[in-house]
Amino acid sequence: MIYLHLAWEFLQIGLFAVGGGMATLPFLQRLGERTGWFNEKFITDMIAISESTPGPIGINMATYVGYNTAGILGGVVATLAEILPSVIIVVLVSKSLERFSESKYVAYTFYGLRPAVTGLIAAAVLAVFRAAVLNTALFRQTGAFSDLISLKYILFFAVIFAAIRKFKKSPILYIAISAVVGIVMKF
Amino acid sequence: MLKELLEIYLVFFKMGSVTFGGGYAMLPILRREIVERRGWLDEEKVMDFFAVSQCLPGIIASNVSVFIGYQRRKTPGAIAAALGVVTPSIIIITLIAALMQNFQNEPMVQHAFKAISICVCALILQAVISMWKKGVKDWVGIGLFAVVFALSVFTRVSPVWLVVVSALIGIAVKKAEEK
Repeated sequence: MIYLHLAWEFLQIGLFAVGGGMATLPFLQRLGERTGWFNEKFITDMIAISESTPGPIGINMATYVGYNTAGILGGVVATLAEILPSVIIVVLVSKSLERFSESKYVAYTFYGLRPAVTGLIAAAVLAVFRAAVLNTALFRQTGAFSDLISLKYILFFAVIFAAIRKFKKSPILYIAISAVVGIVMKF
Repeated sequence: MLKELLEIYLVFFKMGSVTFGGGYAMLPILRREIVERRGWLDEEKVMDFFAVSQCLPGIIASNVSVFIGYQRRKTPGAIAAALGVVTPSIIIITLIAALMQNFQNEPMVQHAFKAISICVCALILQAVISMWKKGVKDWVGIGLFAVVFALSVFTRVSPVWLVVVSALIGIAVKKAEEK
């Protein structure tokens, strides 16, 4: 049954994605590859919508995937399943918060975990880059390198990345500007 | 009791509906609602919850909400807070996803989302850079980063395993340093 399957997948994501909403991204990508529920283009739409609407991005992405996989109830099931481990773990930790935050094992765990999560998300960026900036789909059809690399996309990527690093404004602003650029320049 | 649970639910509903992006975006609103307006907790406690929430699995925003809900009304309070913070997402995203299904074949929408997808890529690249600065401190970190990156690009190994094994390696290295 699709709802049970969704619940099981999102329980695992809620349990193993450490480091906030963006840390669920590699799990979602792998989920799409394994189940065929969605593709790379879906992933970039999902991030764009989740960043630019109210609500924590990790929760928004869960609802988006759940809804597109199994309708309204799917969105509810995926979201609740994703936060269930958090509720259980936080309630348990609340009972012994002092001991938890002073435990050296927590610090030790994070010493290995942080670089690993960074590596996972960096790999996710590469996959998103292939889908968004390079034209791999067209390249596979034609085999011509001029089809793989679009100067317009790469230039836009460089400009927007430089702007993000320089101005540090809210992501919503960059997404809104991109939408306008995309429509005007017929991306 | 029920009235209080409803209040907790509504406070976090509000929090969920005005937060854009990730966990830290929530902090200023949280401070105003929980510390200043309601006096439920002092500022230090909220900061503690934030710090610990980042070290736990799950979405940071939901972790923080559950901590505060639990502090108010034990487990029922924790559940009310968690449900409150996700309800706006469920409503808003469901509406937008339904709209997307109707409009995604419009050329204008396609042009807009093509450019947005490039922007999204730049945004998460920036997120990776700031995570690198916070989390990768020495050669062990660089090695773990490189191995996990390569395994996720070139193989289909599950992120679950990479997370669990890296945490164990972290503990083992630190334990060895102790001696």
